[in-house]
Amino acid sequence: MRRLRLLALLPLMAALGGCKFEVLAPTGDIAAQQRDLLVISVLLMLIIIIPVMALTIFFAWKYRQSNAEARYEPEWHHSTQLELVIWAAPLLIIICLGAMTWMGTHLLDPYRPLDRIGSRTVLAAEDRPLEVNVVALDWKWLFIYPEQGIATVNELAVPVDRPLHFRITSSSVMNAFYVPTMAGMIYAMPAMQTQLHAVANQRVESRGFSANYSGAGFSKMFFAFKAMSDSEFTSWVREAKGAPDPLTRQAYLELEKPSEAVPATFFNAVDPTLFDAILNLCVEPGKMCMKEMMAIDAKGGAGLESAVASLLPLLHDKHARRGTVFGGAPSYVVGICTPEELATALTLSAAGSSEAASRRVDSGPVTGAGLPMPGGFSPALLPAFTSPLLPTSEADIGPRRPSNS
Amino acid sequence: MTESPIVESTFLLGRFNLQAIPYHEPILVFTFIGVAIGGAAVLGALTYFRLWGYLWREWFTSVDHKKIGIMYMVLGLIMFLRGFADAIMMRLQQALAFGGSEGYLPAHHYDQVFSAHGVIMIFFAAMPFVTGLMNFVVPLQIGARDVSFPFLNNFSFWMTVSGATLVMTSLFVGEFAQTGWLAYPPLSGIAYSPYVGVDYYIWALQIAGVGTTLSGINLICTIVKMRAPGMDMMKMPVFTWTSLCTNVLIVASFPILTATLALLTADRYLGTNFFTNDLGGNPMMYVNLIWIWGHPEVYILILPAFGIFSEVTSTFSGKKLFGYTSMVYATVVITILSYLVWLHHFFTMGSGASVNSFFGITTMIISIPTGAKMFNWLFTMYRGRIRFELPMMYTVAFMLIFVIGGMTGVMLAVPPADFVLHNSLFLIAHFHNVIIGGVVFGVFAGIAFWWPKAFGFRLDPFWGKMSFWFWVVGFFFAFMPLYVLGLMGVTRRLRVFDDPSLHIWFIIAAFGAALIACGIASFIIQIGVSILKRDKLRDTTGDPWNARTLEWATSSPPPAYNFAFTPVVHDSDAWWDMKQRGYVRPLSGFKPIHMPKSSGTGPILAAISFVLGFALIWYIWWLAAVSFVALLAVAIHHTFNYNRDFDIPAEEVVRTEEARTRVLAQANA
Repeated sequence: MRRLRLLALLPLMAALGGCKFEVLAPTGDIAAQQRDLLVISVLLMLIIIIPVMALTIFFAWKYRQSNAEARYEPEWHHSTQLELVIWAAPLLIIICLGAMTWMGTHLLDPYRPLDRIGSRTVLAAEDRPLEVNVVALDWKWLFIYPEQGIATVNELAVPVDRPLHFRITSSSVMNAFYVPTMAGMIYAMPAMQTQLHAVANQRVESRGFSANYSGAGFSKMFFAFKAMSDSEFTSWVREAKGAPDPLTRQAYLELEKPSEAVPATFFNAVDPTLFDAILNLCVEPGKMCMKEMMAIDAKGGAGLESAVASLLPLLHDKHARRGTVFGGAPSYVVGICTPEELATALTLSAAGSSEAASRRVDSGPVTGAGLPMPGGFSPALLPAFTSPLLPTSEADIGPRRPSNS
Repeated sequence: MTESPIVESTFLLGRFNLQAIPYHEPILVFTFIGVAIGGAAVLGALTYFRLWGYLWREWFTSVDHKKIGIMYMVLGLIMFLRGFADAIMMRLQQALAFGGSEGYLPAHHYDQVFSAHGVIMIFFAAMPFVTGLMNFVVPLQIGARDVSFPFLNNFSFWMTVSGATLVMTSLFVGEFAQTGWLAYPPLSGIAYSPYVGVDYYIWALQIAGVGTTLSGINLICTIVKMRAPGMDMMKMPVFTWTSLCTNVLIVASFPILTATLALLTADRYLGTNFFTNDLGGNPMMYVNLIWIWGHPEVYILILPAFGIFSEVTSTFSGKKLFGYTSMVYATVVITILSYLVWLHHFFTMGSGASVNSFFGITTMIISIPTGAKMFNWLFTMYRGRIRFELPMMYTVAFMLIFVIGGMTGVMLAVPPADFVLHNSLFLIAHFHNVIIGGVVFGVFAGIAFWWPKAFGFRLDPFWGKMSFWFWVVGFFFAFMPLYVLGLMGVTRRLRVFDDPSLHIWFIIAAFGAALIACGIASFIIQIGVSILKRDKLRDTTGDPWNARTLEWATSSPPPAYNFAFTPVVHDSDAWWDMKQRGYVRPLSGFKPIHMPKSSGTGPILAAISFVLGFALIWYIWWLAAVSFVALLAVAIHHTFNYNRDFDIPAEEVVRTEEARTRVLAQANA
C-alpha cells in the first residue's frame, strides 16, 4: 500500500523535474544570495512550524471526544511557564531572522555597488561595472549601453562575471525590471530612477520581464536575457553597431508608442542625452525638463503669470497612453536650453573646458514675469513663435517655441 | 468592446451612450440574460407572494442588529459568488492560454476580471461577512439589546449595498477598472485609464467606505459603552475583543483610503497632479498611502476570524480558553503593529536598505503575537474533550493551513527574498493561503457556529462536511501549484504564456478551483437542505453546542430585545459561569422594553448615493447635482424625525418569554 502511494507521487516528481526553478537555481551571484536567504529563513521557521503542525494533529487526535482515556481538565487555562515558552520561542526565531534580515538587506541592497562577483571572487578596485540604462516602455524594454553607444529593444546581453549597473526608469506607468536568473526585481517608474547592481556568473539564455502589471500588453512584455563570454559580447556589440538605424529622440518618440510583442531590435547609435531626457520627461523637442522645473521651483518659482502660461509645456502624460495624443491642446515650451545646447554643455563640461563655465546658467534668483535669459543663450537660434495664449511681446517673457510641431 | 471607447460628453447623458453597453461581448450578454431572467424570477416571486411589504418593513428598514447582520451575510454571499465567478474565469483563461493560444478572454476583459476579483472579494465579500458576524454576535455577546446607533447601522449596511451595486453595474454598463485591485497610478490616472473603469472603482469604494467607517464607529461605541454590568474589559469574550480591535483599525484606517481615493479623484476629475507624472506629482505617495490603509485592512479581516476560532476552540474543547490575557494582549499588539509594516508591500520600490529592513523586521515581529495565539489555541485543545463539529473542523484546518501561509509571509518579509518573489504567483499563493485558510474558514466556522442562534436550527452536518473537504482539498490543489509557479519566476496578472512547462501547474490549479466550486455548491446545498430539514435540526435550548458566552443564554433565534433582563457578568465565559452556578431563568417581573424604531431613511439615502455615484462616473453633472442636493435634503429631513423609539409592552415580553418557557420545558421533558 505504501509503495502504491509513492507511485502516485511519480507524475508529480516528473512534473517537478521537468520545470525550471529559476528562482531557486539562479546563475547570478545576487540572485543566488537572495535564494540562500530564502532557504535559511524557511529552515529557521520550520524549527517552530513543524512542531506546531505536529502538535495540532496530535492534540486533535488525542483529545477527541471519543477518547475517554485522555485527561480532561476543563478549568486548566493558565500556565506562566508555558506562556513564557510560547512567547519566547517565536521571539528567539525572529531575533535570528531579524539579524539576518538586517545584514542581508544591507548587503543585497540593489543600490549598493558590488564588492564581489561570486562567493570566491572579490572585486578588484579597478573593475568598472558595465553601465546599462533600462527604460520600460508600453509594452517592451529599451536597453541603452552608453559606453558602447548602442541601444536594443527586448534583448539584454551582458558579459559574464562583469559587474553590471542598471539605471532604470519607465516612460508612462509603473513596471518592475526582473531577470530571475540574475538578480531580484526593482520597480521601473516614470520620472524616477531606480538602480540595480548585479552580475551574471554563467553563460545563460533566459528571460526577463516586467513584474508589475502595466496595462493591456503586459503579458508579452518580456525580453531575452543573454549572459555571454567577453568575446561573444564584443561581437554582439559589433552586430548591434551594424544595425541600420540610430536611436534619435525622434526615433524614441516613435518607439515609445504602445506596441506589443516587439521582436528584438538593435540601434547602431544613441543620442547620449536621451536617457537623461527620458528620465526628466523632456524627450519631445523643446519641452522643459523636470530637473529644470525643479531648479526653478527651488529658487522660488517663476512667478504666477509664468506658471499659468507655461503649464502646458510641462505636461507629459497624455490621454489614452503617451504617443497617441487625444484631443490635446498644442503644447508650448520654455526649455531653458535646447537639447542641442544641453548636449554641447555636457560635452564641454566633460572636457572641463573653461568655456563651459561661461556658458553656465545664471544662478541668481528668478523673479517673476517670465524666465530670465540664461547666459550664452541666443534667441536668434529659436524660430519665431506667437500664440493666442501668451503675451505677444516676446521681450516681456523671453523666448518660447512650440513643441510637437 | 476590445478597448475603452473615448467619447465626447453630452449634457444629458454625460459620457454615457450606446457604446457603453457591452452587447458585442457574448460572455457578458449571456451573463446579463442569466442575471435578468434570475432577477425577474426573484422579483416576480416576491410580488406574487406579496413579500415586498414584509421585506421592507421587517428587513430593509429594520434597525435590529441581528437582521442587519444577516443581511450583511446575504450580501457577502452574493458578492462572494460573483468574485468566485471571476476567479474561475481567470483560472480557465490561464489554463487555456498556452502554446500560442490567446485563451478566451481579450486583455480588456481579463484585466477587468482580475481587478474586479480582488476588489469584490476584499470589499464586498470578506468585509460584509466579517461585519455581518460582528453585527450579529457582538451585542448578544456583551448582553446588549442593540448597537449604540441602530439607525446608523442600517444606513451603513445600505451604503455597502450601494457600493456593491455600483460594482455590479459596471459589468453591464461601461467597464470596470483594468488596474489591479489597488489601482496604482499613473496607470489609474486619467491619462492612462481615460474611461469609466477607475471611476466605478473610486465611487464604489467611497460609498461603501462611508458604510464601513460608520459601522466601525458604531461597534466601538457599542463595545465600549453597552456591555452588561460586571463585564469589564478583561472579561469580554475574545470575539468581542478582536471585534473591538478590528473596528479601531477600521476607524483609524478607512479615512486614509477615503483621502487617498479623494486625491486620485481630484487628479482624474479636476486635473490636479497628486499622483501624475506631471508637475511634481508622485505616484509613490499613492502606493504608500493606499498600503497604510491596505495593511491594517488585512488585519481588519483576520482579527475577527481569530476571535471566531478562539470561541470555537474553547467551546468544542469544553475548556476555558488557554491564556486569555495573553490572547488579548496579542490582539492589541497586532493591532498596533499593523500600522508599522505597510512598506513590506513594496520593498522593490527602492526605499533603501535601512527603511526596508525596518519594515521587514516589524513584519516579522507580528508573527510573534500571532504565533502566541496559535499556541493558545493549541493548549486550549490540550486536555480538552474535542467535539469535531463543523466549526471545530474548520478551526483545525485553519491551524494547519495558516501556519504555512504565515511561514511564506515571513519569507516575503525578508526584503532580499521579496526581491525575487514580489508580485509573483508565490505572493498570490501566500495571501490566498492566509485569507482562505484564515478569513474564509473563519467565516464558515462562524456561520456554522452561530447559524442555530440566528435561525433556531443547526446546519446539516453531512453537506457541511462535504463542503469542508472540498474546500480543504481544493485549496491545496488550487494554491500549492501557485507556490511552485512563483518559484519558477511566474508573475501575477499574466494573461498568456508561452512556456509549455508551466502548463501542467495551471491545469492543477484550475482543477483545484473546480473542487472549491464544489465546496461552494455544497455550502449552498447545505443551507437549502438545512432549511428543508429544519424541524429535525431544531435547537430548542438556545445553547446547542453547550457553549460559553452570553449569546447562548437567550433563545434561538433571540427575541427582538435579545435579553428580557440584562444579564450580570462575573466571568469571561459568562454563560458557562452562569450554568456552573445553576442559573435560573427569571419567569416574572417583566417590564416594557425600550427599543429603537425602524427607519426607511437608510435605504433611501443609499439609493440616492448610488445615483450620485453613477452620475459622477458618467459625468452626468446635472444628475450629480440633483442627487447630491437630494442626499442632503433627505439627511437633514431625517434629523427632524423625533419619532425614533418605542416600548415593547410588558405583555408582549411576557408572551414571548412564556413561549420560551414552554419550549424549554418540552426540550427538558
